[in-house]
Amino acid sequence: MSFPILSLTIWLPILAGCLIIALGDRPARKLAGAASVLTLLVSLPLYFGFDSATAVMQYRESAAWLPGFDINYELGIDGIAMPLIILTTLINVIVVISAWEVIKDRPAIYLGAFSIMTGLMVGVFSAMDAILFYIFFEATLIPMFLIIGIWGGPQRVYATVKFFLYTFLGSVFMLIALIYLYRQGGTFSILGMHDLPLDKDQQFWIFLAFLAAFAVKIPMWPVHTWLPDAHVEAPTAGSAVLAAIMLKMGGYGFLRFSLPVTPDASGQMDSFMIAISLVAVVYIGFVALAQRDMKKLIAYSSISHMGFVTLGIFIAFRLIAKGDESGVALGLEGAMVQMISHGFISAAMFLCVGVMYDRVHSREIADYGGVINTMPIFAAFMVFFALANAGLPGTSGFVGEFMVILASFKTNFWIAFLAASTLILGAAYTLWMIKRVIMGPVGNDKVAALTDIDSREFWMLAILAIFVLLIGVWPDVIAGVMHASVENLVQHISTSKY
Amino acid sequence: MKLIYTLIPLAPLLAAIVTGFFGRRIGRANAHRVTIAGVAFSLLLSVYVFFHVVVGGAPTFNETLYTWLVSGNIRFEIGFMVDNLTVMMLLVVNFVSLMVHIYTIGYMHDDDGYQRFFAYISLFTFSMLMLVMSNNFLQLFFGWEAVGTVSYLLIGYYYQRESAIFANMKAFLVNRVGDFGFVLGIAGIVMYTNSLAYTDAFAAAPDLVGQTINIVGSAEWEVMTVLCILLFIGAMGKSAQAPLHVWLPDSMEGPTPISALIHAATMVTAGIFMVARMSPLFELSETALSFILVIGAFTAFFMGLIGMVQNDIKRVVAYSTLSQLGYMTVALGVSAYSAAMFHLMTHAFFKALLFLAAGSVIIALHHEQDIRKMGGLRKIMPITYWTSLIGTLALIGFPAFSGFYSKDIIIEAVHASTIPGAHIAYWAVLSGVFVTAFYSFRLFFLVFHGKTRMDKHTAEHAHESPKVVTIPLILLAIPSLLIGALTVSAVVYGDYFRGAIFVTAEHDVLGRLGEDYHGALQFISHAFHAPAVYIAAAGVLTAFVFYILAPSIPAFLDARLGFLRRILDNKYGFDDFNQAIFARGSVSLGRQLWEKGDMMVIDGALVNGSANSVGLLAGLARTIQSGMLFHYAFAMILGLLVMLTWFLFV
Repeated sequence: MSFPILSLTIWLPILAGCLIIALGDRPARKLAGAASVLTLLVSLPLYFGFDSATAVMQYRESAAWLPGFDINYELGIDGIAMPLIILTTLINVIVVISAWEVIKDRPAIYLGAFSIMTGLMVGVFSAMDAILFYIFFEATLIPMFLIIGIWGGPQRVYATVKFFLYTFLGSVFMLIALIYLYRQGGTFSILGMHDLPLDKDQQFWIFLAFLAAFAVKIPMWPVHTWLPDAHVEAPTAGSAVLAAIMLKMGGYGFLRFSLPVTPDASGQMDSFMIAISLVAVVYIGFVALAQRDMKKLIAYSSISHMGFVTLGIFIAFRLIAKGDESGVALGLEGAMVQMISHGFISAAMFLCVGVMYDRVHSREIADYGGVINTMPIFAAFMVFFALANAGLPGTSGFVGEFMVILASFKTNFWIAFLAASTLILGAAYTLWMIKRVIMGPVGNDKVAALTDIDSREFWMLAILAIFVLLIGVWPDVIAGVMHASVENLVQHISTSKY
Repeated sequence: MKLIYTLIPLAPLLAAIVTGFFGRRIGRANAHRVTIAGVAFSLLLSVYVFFHVVVGGAPTFNETLYTWLVSGNIRFEIGFMVDNLTVMMLLVVNFVSLMVHIYTIGYMHDDDGYQRFFAYISLFTFSMLMLVMSNNFLQLFFGWEAVGTVSYLLIGYYYQRESAIFANMKAFLVNRVGDFGFVLGIAGIVMYTNSLAYTDAFAAAPDLVGQTINIVGSAEWEVMTVLCILLFIGAMGKSAQAPLHVWLPDSMEGPTPISALIHAATMVTAGIFMVARMSPLFELSETALSFILVIGAFTAFFMGLIGMVQNDIKRVVAYSTLSQLGYMTVALGVSAYSAAMFHLMTHAFFKALLFLAAGSVIIALHHEQDIRKMGGLRKIMPITYWTSLIGTLALIGFPAFSGFYSKDIIIEAVHASTIPGAHIAYWAVLSGVFVTAFYSFRLFFLVFHGKTRMDKHTAEHAHESPKVVTIPLILLAIPSLLIGALTVSAVVYGDYFRGAIFVTAEHDVLGRLGEDYHGALQFISHAFHAPAVYIAAAGVLTAFVFYILAPSIPAFLDARLGFLRRILDNKYGFDDFNQAIFARGSVSLGRQLWEKGDMMVIDGALVNGSANSVGLLAGLARTIQSGMLFHYAFAMILGLLVMLTWFLFV
């Protein structure tokens, strides 16, 4: 067994998090900073050493855990998981920077919770054992629950309970499905489940159970209402992580479980899935337009963007039926690129709102106006990220949307038509917010008293901006690693299981 | 050559980066030095490319710069295609851009955002160059949206002005409506040809003729028609064709140099360029061409009419731009792509000139833009006066001026065309000549002739603009006067566009007209046998009578025909309609969906409803528990850790 990079990327931040909490507030920030950077460094070989020519799981680790039930501590990544892990460790660094001076109340627990959460999320993306996956999947709820519950806004109790119950309820169904699959195949190995033959009814119910977990997580319309509430109440970094990474666990779940374990059921349900994805894009786009709270607006925008992820995933079956495997890959990779891109852009948008919130203590659009006059550098960043959010070519926001639109046109004109409406809706709600918040004459005394971002905030946003641009100008850096795994997935789902 | 082609867009980009990020550090003077050097370098290289490609006859360059992405079996690439069509755009874009850069030194002299402005216009130049040099649809769309974004930033340049930040958002969103169609068109191209490269799409397109696509009900539509109309919707947004024209007049909120560069000479012609570039596709659908023709004719005539009643100096020129873009679109519709490109080129020079001259007047009068408060500037601003005269004569198509050739050819081409709609379009473009002549000279007389109507203070301080302003005017006046006569033989009737523009034999109106063509001079005498020249003269005469001889006539007509004027003042109601239906409609729809859908049904009835029923049951269970939530939570984590380590290592 080679050097256990994955284990290290999981356990280093978890143990560091425990240490941060144990040692208390005084060394917390430096410790958290060191831990986050170290974790990022440890995870980098996963990208640079990754063999993108193969779909076989890489960096595998395996140890028996509960041999009686064939539950093992099994880790491994492919091209679908790896970019998400890098995203996670990277966002963790940003989170520490964002919290550096802002969190005064019990910083040790706050930073510790984020550090632990990072490890758990890496665990989600690298687990190859279903039970291990489930444990990580659920465990991430706990630190997030605390972060919103302790450091959140005035309505935090309602928001946390809603968040916790909603997502927890969804994943309980997944647990039942996993246990059922174990009873059928005698293994909790995820790859084993991929190859497990299942008949039509079995697949149908298992698909629904998975759907309950992942649709809530990503979230899809109509089980999305927990997200705006959670975002509004969460502290800035909590929102950033929630949008950047936790939502992606839903998209990842579809790709790792729903599609390969129940390909036939996924294919039968694809019309339904495409329909609610499009509802997310269009309906939520309009809802975002009506928002008065910046965080809510970005939260709704997230849901709309996640609609593209599920759309890109579930048009696959239509295209398989047409024999267009190239289109399938385009849609799936578009969905994955969209997840990564959204990780950077949504985090940046929430951090931008956070920057203003720290100064004015309001998220209401009406409380701002003309921020550019007093914060020109910040305004430049915010306008940039807003344009990225609106899918401007040259930024990462364009890439995934474009790929999914191309793939959906191959499926059906009207699917592409509705999906492409985001070009107008996304620009409308984002730029209208920019107009009301950033542009114009100085809106009130609080805006007049604003000071521009300091170097800490500058670099926090600059790092994200660099990645948004990099992926926009050269998406092959992340899409390149996905091809083999996606091809493998396409092979898998185009073969019936019965 | 690849290096040279790469440097052409890169030079302005680098200049933009330096000025944009380090503007404050390098100071104002260095900001304009760097950006002007960048554009000048790019122009020099373009001239070199002109000699290499056009004079030297080098074969079409078509190479990939780098691979952006590979997905499925589709390659997304960034690359250049350089042929005679590209070279024309390179020269026009770089030349006008350079003039505008120099002019800006004078125009923005007292502005706080000096460096920012230079960064923007250089960034714009980069984007526009990427657009025209592209060899594939991806990069085309990149440039397409990038120029739109810079336009957004520049229209909203005076970000404290409510009207400016409304106009820039409007411009972006209306353009997005066009892009919505454009993106679907590109997606269609990818679906049917499985490639984004122009050459692949052009090669595959003839096989698509006869194929149909089912869109609404059981009706089968020609694939080529659908694709071409979708692509053209993009052009309607960018080149401001009705009904997507509404953003262009408002874009005048931006500083005047960018009105000249972006909203007259270059960006708004991107749509025209795109259709000309796609001529191998558009030639395959007569329905799409007809559609283009009708839209163009409508825009050419009706937008010109609005120009007759505008009182803002820039808005008059803006409506004139709309109308002229309509002429170009009409030319595209009758397959006279070369004529459209020819008018694009001459228009770029004389319209940039007119805008810059308008800007020269505006700064002389301390940002007064109302032509009712001008007059008699002929003596005070001689250079601006004479250059404006040249620009105006070029615009109305005065014989031998550049616009004369380009516009006359378009009118002749429409006359000769047999495509459905050509008949109506002919009358539209012919009447448009009168309208153009009238509003152009109305503007000219009101600004430069007659008695001055300025207040005393302004009149005393009015003076000719500095050299940095007047020299670009003179340099633009030269091609406005000459470029038509010099190039018409090669560009329209010669083989300048051979290989770049494709016209099927039955659509080839220019080829037929070319049989009667015997040189630029003879073309002038020939024109006197056609109505256009006399119609233009009538327009000038009417303006002369109305605004010099008998200035009481307009007021008299106003009193009698007030309802017509109100229709024009309301711009046919497009703005009000969009505002009421699309803008307010969307927001209230969003609010309804949010309040009724999300909050009432989903949250109110389903989520909290089930939560409440659970709550009742849980009331019983709750008595067992007590204590702090986060204690429990951390206990859970700790439990997990212990469990994992226990089974792993023990």
